[in-house]
Formats: sequence, structure tokens, C-alpha cells
Amino acid sequence: MSSAEHTPAEHTRRDFLYVMTGAVAAAGAVAAAVPLIGQMNPDASTIAAGAPIEVDLTPIAQGQVIKVFWRGKPIFIDHRTKKEIDEARAVDWHTLPDPASDESRVKSGKDQWLVLIGICTHLGCIPLAHQGDYDGWFCPCHGSQYDSSGRIRRGPAPLNLALPPYEFVSDTKIRIG
Amino acid sequence: MSGHSTYQPQSPFMKWLEARLPIGGLVYSSFVDYPTPRNLNYWWTFGGILAFMLAVQIVTGVVLAMHYTPHASLAFDSVEHIMRDVNYGWLLRYLHSNGASMFFLACYIHIARGMYYGSYKDPREVLWILGVIIFLLMIATGFMGYVLPWGQMSFWAATVITNLFSAIPLFGESIVSWLWGGYSVGNPTLNRFYSLHYLLPFVIAGVVVLHVWALHVAGQNNPAGIDAKAGQDTVPFTPYATIKDAFFLACFLVLYAWFIFYIPNYLGHPDNYIPANPAVTPTHIVPEWYYLPFYAILRAIPSKLGGVMMLLASIVLLAFLPWLDTSKVRSASYRPLYRQFFWIFVAAVIGLGYLGSQPPEGIYVIAARILTAWYFIHLLIILPLLGFIETPKPLPSSISAAVLPGGLPAGASGPVPARDKA
Repeated sequence: MSSAEHTPAEHTRRDFLYVMTGAVAAAGAVAAAVPLIGQMNPDASTIAAGAPIEVDLTPIAQGQVIKVFWRGKPIFIDHRTKKEIDEARAVDWHTLPDPASDESRVKSGKDQWLVLIGICTHLGCIPLAHQGDYDGWFCPCHGSQYDSSGRIRRGPAPLNLALPPYEFVSDTKIRIG
Repeated sequence: MSGHSTYQPQSPFMKWLEARLPIGGLVYSSFVDYPTPRNLNYWWTFGGILAFMLAVQIVTGVVLAMHYTPHASLAFDSVEHIMRDVNYGWLLRYLHSNGASMFFLACYIHIARGMYYGSYKDPREVLWILGVIIFLLMIATGFMGYVLPWGQMSFWAATVITNLFSAIPLFGESIVSWLWGGYSVGNPTLNRFYSLHYLLPFVIAGVVVLHVWALHVAGQNNPAGIDAKAGQDTVPFTPYATIKDAFFLACFLVLYAWFIFYIPNYLGHPDNYIPANPAVTPTHIVPEWYYLPFYAILRAIPSKLGGVMMLLASIVLLAFLPWLDTSKVRSASYRPLYRQFFWIFVAAVIGLGYLGSQPPEGIYVIAARILTAWYFIHLLIILPLLGFIETPKPLPSSISAAVLPGGLPAGASGPVPARDKA
């Protein structure tokens, strides 16, 4: 490099070439990172195995909670008693940590059926049914308590138990997913 | 690394090699001729112990990998296969699982020694930060190794710890799904953890090289916390430090062997001998003992994001110790107030460890909150303040004056030739 011909502040064609070469190398590095990072996302077979499932509700007695698996996640299907529904609706839901009415968490006309993703919203443990102070779920890991609508009432979990996407295909059958 | 090497190769082969790759001189100046402060006590032997434990973990890990199968439906059985069928498999696995505990034990003592004697202070800040990076890598490696047997504790530890990332606003859920390679912890998760558990120890070994390099640039700290000034303040690394390190390593290995041969499962959890079951969370889930203080901090905060942030902060803050500690005096031996606060801090961390092992309810939660608060008060308030309000004791004039009555007369060089300041 001859510094006699150019002052350091002057931009030359060579500077331009350096910058462009660097830019192409950076773009190449980003392009190479895409497959290296992307390979860790769920693969095609995992996604395919996550297709919707159908569950027959007839064998579930009142007061019983069953657990089915969808996408590797436990799904709670709770056939709630009248007492549990009344308790869930008696509370002023505006004051709850994650405000939601019980009506918004079930399908209208199917008030007795509560369908939840059975994963504590704190750190992913599976809460235990019919335990805790709110006639709902208790998480053994860090002590979060959910009520009979699956709403967080006490403990470190920030959110209510999540609702999976589901619909009633008939009065006694739901499709999850 | 300690200035110009005095190494003179003797054999024709070493002369030939030295002219092409001066490795003999590097080893000689770093591990034979290297001047170490003459007052080092046994707390200074844990660096060597840690290097030895890293080697044990890598050697036993590589051979265990010859028999282990990283698949969700085969992993548990392959570990039992190692325990029952593989020649010496039980020994190799117990060496590895208890080796992790011994590694962390030595690491905590090593960190505490650095904190007591102010080893993180100028000019050893980079050395200290490299150590914190090694500690973080150890935490990640140990966690992923614990997942591999695919027992109940493995599975649920993986679930709980990966869910820590779901606390990240906006991208949390997609990051967790990316970590899992699915919609929940499963076979893809186990497979990648195995790959990374094999990789990270070699990354640790690389950072250890930087750590030792930085140590040999700055020179070792010592119990008096003052710089070596003259030849009578130091002794050569070999034989003095090598023999002392070797002796205490042997003592440490007695403890290690006691765990392996007498109580190999004492530090584990019985639940991890139950195969992983995604449908049932164990009633009382706790991490391995070496994560308990941090687990207690996580649980003490009544907010998910807050708990995760405090957990991370409790470790990352250690990297800032060189600047949080405002005192010019390194060693706690000459800092009467700091010495008391140091032991209170140690007690608080041990207390947090105990609370992390207890169920998160009642008095345990309250106690964990108090000790968590103290952990941060110590690092963020007491350490900076002490530098201004504490009156240190007078420092000895030299290292030799600190350990020998009256010190050695200047010019007398003790058992070794005088050399330049480290």
C-alpha cells in the first residue's frame, strides 16, 4: 500500500473492495448458520406426529380427570362436578393473577368439560389433580396452585394452565389439535 | 511464560526439537522452573486437583460413551447394561458420576479461596473471569450429563431447566421448542444433550489453557496477598509446588474413593433409577447438590422471570467481583471486617444449599428469601462499602517476612537461586 498517493482519510477503490469482500463473507457466515441452527428445530417426523387426536368422553365419570398425550404434552380432560363449576364461577376473576372468566375457558354449553394442557406454566412439571387449596391442581415442583378452572391462584407460576386447541366433534367426542 | 526461559536442552534430540518447536522450554518454564510464592498453603492445591478431575471426567466419559446409547427408549437400559454387563462398567460409571461431585466440590473450594485471598484483584481480573466462564461451562456440562441416564430425575431436570428459557419475553416458547427439537423433552433433546455433553469438556479444557496462561502471566496470588518482590519470596514450582499438589491430591482422592467404593449413590437420587416417564412428575424434585444454592435462589423469587434473572445474576455477578470489591488489600488475613463477612457469605451459600433441598413451603421459603437477599447484599453493597470503611491491618514488608521470623536477610536466597520477580 503506497501511502504517498492517498491520505488515510481518502476512500479508494481498494477500500471499497475490502468492505465488499467482508460483507460477502459475513453474508456467507449467516447463510451457513441457517442450517446449523435450523436443524435443532422440530423435524418433519416430529411435526407429523403432532397431528390432531380424537378423545371419546363417555368413559370419563363426573369428578374424574384423565390424562392423554398430544405432541408429547399431557392433556387434562376434567369432567367437573357442579360444585367445582360453581366454585370456579363464584370468585371475582378480575382479581386473579392471570384474569380469565371460567366461561372463557370452556366451550359454551359444555361447562362440565375442562380441557387443559397439563404443564405447569412455571417450569413445566405436571400438576397433580384434586390437590391444593382451590379444588384444582397443585404442582409438586415449586408449589403453584391452580383452581377448578385451571387458573393460577398462588405460587410462582405466572399464567393459567394453557388451553389446547380443541373442538367438540359430537357431544361425546373432542378433537384436540 | 515467565519471562525468558533458562531451559538448556541436553540431549541431541531435544536440541533438534527445541530449534523447531520450543515445547521443552515452555514446559520447563511453566511447570518446573516457574517461581511460586513460598507461602502457598494447601488451599492453593485445588487448581491442580481440578485439572486432574477434568482429566478423570474426560477419560471415564470417553470410555462410557463406548457403551452408552443416546436414545430415549434405549438410554436407561444401556446405563444398566454398563452397570451389570460391561467389564468394570460399575466402576467407570461411579467414577464419572461421583467425579462430577468431586469436581464441583473442588471448584467451590477453589472459588472460595479466590474470594478469601482476593485473588481476583488487579492484575488477575481476566484470570478470574476465565474461571467464572469455566464454572458456567461446568454447570451446563454437568446438567446435560445428568440427563443422559434418562431416569425420572433426568427427564424432569431437563424439563424444568429448559423451561427456564420460556421466561424470556416474546421468543421464550420458540427458543424452548428449538432447544427440545420438539413440543416437549424427547428423543431429539436427549440426542443433542449427548452431543454437547461430549463436546463441552473439551471446550472447558481449552478455557483452562487460557486460565493457566493468564495465571502464568500475572503470577500466583498468595496468602499474604502481596507481590513477590525478590528471589527469597519464591521457590521453584518443581519440586516444591508439584510435591505439595501431589500430596494433597492423594488426600483428596481418598475422599473420592470413599464415595465410589462405600457410598456411590449417596449423592444421587433413588428416583433416577426409575425410567423416565413423561406422564408423572416425581413428588419432590431437586437438582444435584452442587446446584442447590442456585435452585434455592430461583425458587425464592415469587415471579418466574424474576427468579430466572436472579439465578443468572447470582452467577454472572461473580465475574464482576474485581470491580465490586473496592479494597486495595487482597488477602482477608489483613482485612478484619471482610474476613467476618466472607464467612457469613459462605454460611449463607451453604444455607441456601440446604433450603434448595427442602420443599418450597412455609418457613423454608421465608428463609430462602432472606438468604437470597443477603447473597446480593453481600456482593452489591457490603463488598463495595467495606473498601471505604475498613481499616486493614498493616501488610508485611514481603512474602518471606510474612512466613519467616524477620524474613530472610536480603541476598540470602534460601534453597533456590534468586530470580526475577514473577
